[in-house]
Amino acid sequence: MTGKGQERVSAGGGAAGRRHELAARAAAETALEAAVAAGAEAADAWAERRRSRRVVVWREAVEELGEAVSCGVGVRAFVDGRWGFAYASGFASDELAEAARAAVALARIADRETGAGLPDHCGQAEVPDLADERLLAASSDHCVELARACERAARAQRAVTDVEQVVYQDAWLEVTLANSASFAGAFTASSAWMYCTAFAGEVGERMSGFGLDIARAPQGLDPERTGREAGERAALLAGATKPSSRRCAVVFDAFAAAALVAAVGEMLSAEQVERGRSPFADKLGAEVASSSLTIADDATLPDGPASAPFDGEGSPTGRTELIAGGRLLTFVHDVRTARRAGTNTTANALRSSYRTPPVVGVSNLVVAGEQVPFAQLLATLGDGFYITDLSGLHSGVNPVSGTFSVGASGVVVRGGELAEPAREMTVAGSLTDLLRNVQALGDDRRWVPLAGSVSTPSLLVDGITVSGR
Amino acid sequence: MAEASTLVAPDVAERVLARLLAHGGELGELFCEERRSLALVRDDRRLERPQLGSERGACLRIVRDGATFYGYTDSVSEGELLALAASLASAARAGARTPAPLTAPRQRRLHDVAVPPTAVSIAEKADLVARVDEAARAQGVAVVQVRAGYAESTRRVAIFNSDGVSACDERTRVRLTCQAVARRDGRTESGVETRGGCAGFELVADATDVGERAAQKALALLDAVDAPTGEMPVVVGNGFGGVLLHEAVGHGLEADAVQKGASVYAGLLGKRVAPPFVTAYDDGALAGAWGSDGCDDEGTATQRTTIIAEGELVGYLYDLVRAREANAAPTGNGRRESYRHPPLPRMTNTYFAPGDASPEDLIAGVRRGLYAVSFGGGQVEPATGDFVFGVSEGYLIENGRVTAPVRGATLVGNCLRALAAIDGIADDLEIATGFCGKGGQSVPAGVGQPHVRLRSITVGGTRA
Repeated sequence: MTGKGQERVSAGGGAAGRRHELAARAAAETALEAAVAAGAEAADAWAERRRSRRVVVWREAVEELGEAVSCGVGVRAFVDGRWGFAYASGFASDELAEAARAAVALARIADRETGAGLPDHCGQAEVPDLADERLLAASSDHCVELARACERAARAQRAVTDVEQVVYQDAWLEVTLANSASFAGAFTASSAWMYCTAFAGEVGERMSGFGLDIARAPQGLDPERTGREAGERAALLAGATKPSSRRCAVVFDAFAAAALVAAVGEMLSAEQVERGRSPFADKLGAEVASSSLTIADDATLPDGPASAPFDGEGSPTGRTELIAGGRLLTFVHDVRTARRAGTNTTANALRSSYRTPPVVGVSNLVVAGEQVPFAQLLATLGDGFYITDLSGLHSGVNPVSGTFSVGASGVVVRGGELAEPAREMTVAGSLTDLLRNVQALGDDRRWVPLAGSVSTPSLLVDGITVSGR
Repeated sequence: MAEASTLVAPDVAERVLARLLAHGGELGELFCEERRSLALVRDDRRLERPQLGSERGACLRIVRDGATFYGYTDSVSEGELLALAASLASAARAGARTPAPLTAPRQRRLHDVAVPPTAVSIAEKADLVARVDEAARAQGVAVVQVRAGYAESTRRVAIFNSDGVSACDERTRVRLTCQAVARRDGRTESGVETRGGCAGFELVADATDVGERAAQKALALLDAVDAPTGEMPVVVGNGFGGVLLHEAVGHGLEADAVQKGASVYAGLLGKRVAPPFVTAYDDGALAGAWGSDGCDDEGTATQRTTIIAEGELVGYLYDLVRAREANAAPTGNGRRESYRHPPLPRMTNTYFAPGDASPEDLIAGVRRGLYAVSFGGGQVEPATGDFVFGVSEGYLIENGRVTAPVRGATLVGNCLRALAAIDGIADDLEIATGFCGKGGQSVPAGVGQPHVRLRSITVGGTRA
C-alpha cells in the first residue's frame, strides 16, 4: 500500500525519485514566486515529502498497519524586518500561492524583529549519506516479521509475564529548501525504529520495561536485542516497592540521563536566554559543569536521528561544543539570535515538519567524558539508586528556573551492588547543579531519540533528593 | 441537526468504500478533514512569527480479522481516494463486501459560535495578546518577561463507513495562553494560565485576566519555599486539578489498554474502586467544553459516559473497533489528531461530579499537608498504574490554613491507591483545557473537577 495509489515510490536516485525532487522543487519555487509577487522582500519555502509506515503487533498478530505518502510546503515571508509564516498540505500550486500570500499578509501585521531575514551564507554541509535505500525495498511483511521477532524475544525472558505491544515505524523524508536569495538545497533522510514494552510480575505488582532500537533502515534494527532489553528492564523492576526518602547520589541510565540532558538542551537556546527564560542566561563562559564533561551539538553525525546538511533556514550544519572543560562556551543560535548577540549562527534553526516555522533548538546532543565500566560506576556510587525510568518531565521540569522533580523507578544500590527495586518515588534537584555534580560516565553510550535526540551513557550524579515514604 | 455540505459527497464516498471493500473486510471507513489554524504569539513585547496553516486530506481504513489497515492522502478528490482505496484493498483476497448505502450527513450543533474567529481581524487578535501582555506586566515590576499567545482552529470533518454511518462536524476552538516570568533577588520563576474552549472569539475577547493570573502565579513563586517531601494529605484544586482524574483513572479506562490487560482497571468493571461519594464522567457532548465535538472521528455521536458511579467502576471508553471486540456500544471516544492518524480510544472531557463540601472545609480538615492548586501536567503508565503530576501552583497547609507558597512539588502515586484515598469532594466543578498525548497523537482534552482531597499521597520536592 502507498498513500497515493499509482505513485509507487522508488529509491531517491531512480526516475520516480527525480520526478518527486522536481515536484518538491517546483512547489517551493511556486510558493517563493507568489510570496515575492505579493510584496515579500525575501522569502523561503520548505517543501517536504514523507513516506511513512507504522506497524503494531500484539501476540504476534498485526493490530495496525498504516502506510502513506504525504507532502506540503511551509513559506516564510519577510517584509521590512517583520516576518510571517504559512503552510499548506499537498503540492497544489493555487493552494501554495495562497499560503504564500497569507505569509506576506501576516508579516505586515507582525512587529519588526532585529536580525530577521535570510542567512548571509547558505549551503550544505558535507554529511554522510542519511538515507538507506534498503528501507524502500523492505516489504511491510518484513517489518511485521521484525516486530514479531522482537515480541518473541521479549516473551522468552523468564520474568516476562506479558508484552503490551511492539511498534515498528519508518520514514523516508525528502526535503527541499529554496529561498529568494537563490539558495536551493535538498536532502533525503531515512529512519526506522522499533520499540517494545514488556511486563514482569503479576497484575497489581506488575512493572514494565522499555526496549528501543533506531537505524536508517529496518535491516539495521536488531529485534531480538530490543525485545530482550524490554524484558530485562522489566525484570529488573519486578516486585518494586516505595523506598524511603533521602538525599543521595544516583546513577541515571542512558534513557533517564538523555531525558535530563534534553531538558538542559532546551535551556541552551539563545532565544530562551535573550528573553530571560533560561537558568543559564548569565552563565556564558562560566563554570557550569564538572570539568570532565563535554556536551556538543552535532547535526553531521552519520547515525544522528536529527542529522541534516542544512538547518531550517539553509545554514550549513556542523559540530558546536556547547560545554567543554566544564565551561559554557556558547548557546545554540539561528540567524536572528546570532545577529542580535553579535555572533554567528550555529545552524540550529529547527523545523520539525513543513507545518512549523524554524525555531531555535538543539539537533543531536552528544554527552562525552571519560567513561568507566558500569560495575565501576556502581562501585563509585556505593549507596544510592540506579534510575531506569523517569516520567512527567514535561510538567516536572521548570525550564525557567532549572529545578526539576519527576517520577522515577529503578533499583536501590547498596555497597556498590544492585539491591531491591523501587517505584512510586520522585527524584528532584536543579539541572544547573546536576551538570556540576556529574561524578562519572558509564560505557553504555546509546542514541535516545525520545525527547529530542541525545547520545549519552549512564551518568553518576551526586546530590539528588529522592522522595518516597 | 442540520444538513451540511461536506468535503466529499455521499455518492463519492459510496464508490470509494465499495472499492475499499472489493476484496473483503469487516469495516471500511473514509475520514475527510479540512483544517485552518491561526496562531499569534507576542513575546518580549513584540508580535512575532504569526502563522496560518491549511490542511486538507483523507484517511481510509479497513478492519479485517480484527486488524486495522490504513493509508492517507493530502487530497479529497475522488480520483486520489479511489486509487488509495484500491491500493489498500489489494492486500486482501476475499470476496467483495457491499457497503450500506449512504445518506447525506447531518451536523449536530452542540454549542454556539457567536463570533466566528475568522470574522475577526488579525489586528484585533494582535491587540488582544498585547492587552494580555500588559495586564500581566501591570501586576508588578518583578514581572520581567511575558509571552502571550492566541490560537484558533476551524476544522471540518466528514466520516462515512460501510455500516452506513454518514456524519459531519464543524469544530471551532479558540485558546488564549500566557506565560509570565518574574525575577527578584536573583530568583526567577514563571507562571502559566490558559483559557480555551469550543467557542468563538467571544470566549477570549476580554480575557486579560489570563495575563493577570499568569503573573500572579509567577510572583507568588518568588516567595515560595522548597516543597516538602514524603507522604501527606493533599487538597487538589478545581479545574486543571482534574489532571488527577485524567491520569489516575481516565487513561486506564481507554478500551485498547483494557482489552490487552495493559490497564490496572482491566477486570474491575462493577467493582468498588473509590469511596461511595465519588462519581465521574467522560462527556464529549458538554456544550462549549474544550474536549467536546458533535461526533467523534469515527462518526459516533458524542455522549456523557458514567465511568465511576458512587465509587463503583461502571464504564470503559470505546472506539468502534474495541466496542465491537467487547460486544459493547461505542461511546463516542474514537478520536484522532488529524487525517494522518488512525483513531484510538481517547478521553474527551473527563471530570469528577461535584460533592457537597466547600473547598474551605477540605482545607480546614488538614493539619499539615499540601494545597496543589494547579498542575503543569502529568503522566501515567496504565499498565502499572504509577502516575506523576507536576504541581505548578501549590501552598503548604498548616493547621487547617493555607500558608506559604511552595515550588518544585510533584505528586507521585498509584491509581488504585490514590482513588481509594479520596476523602472529600467540594462543590465547585470547573473544566480546564489540556492537550493529551498518546501513541504519538495529541488531541484537545478537557480536564476538570471540583476541589478534591486525598488522605495521603507522596509529595516529591527538593527539601531533603
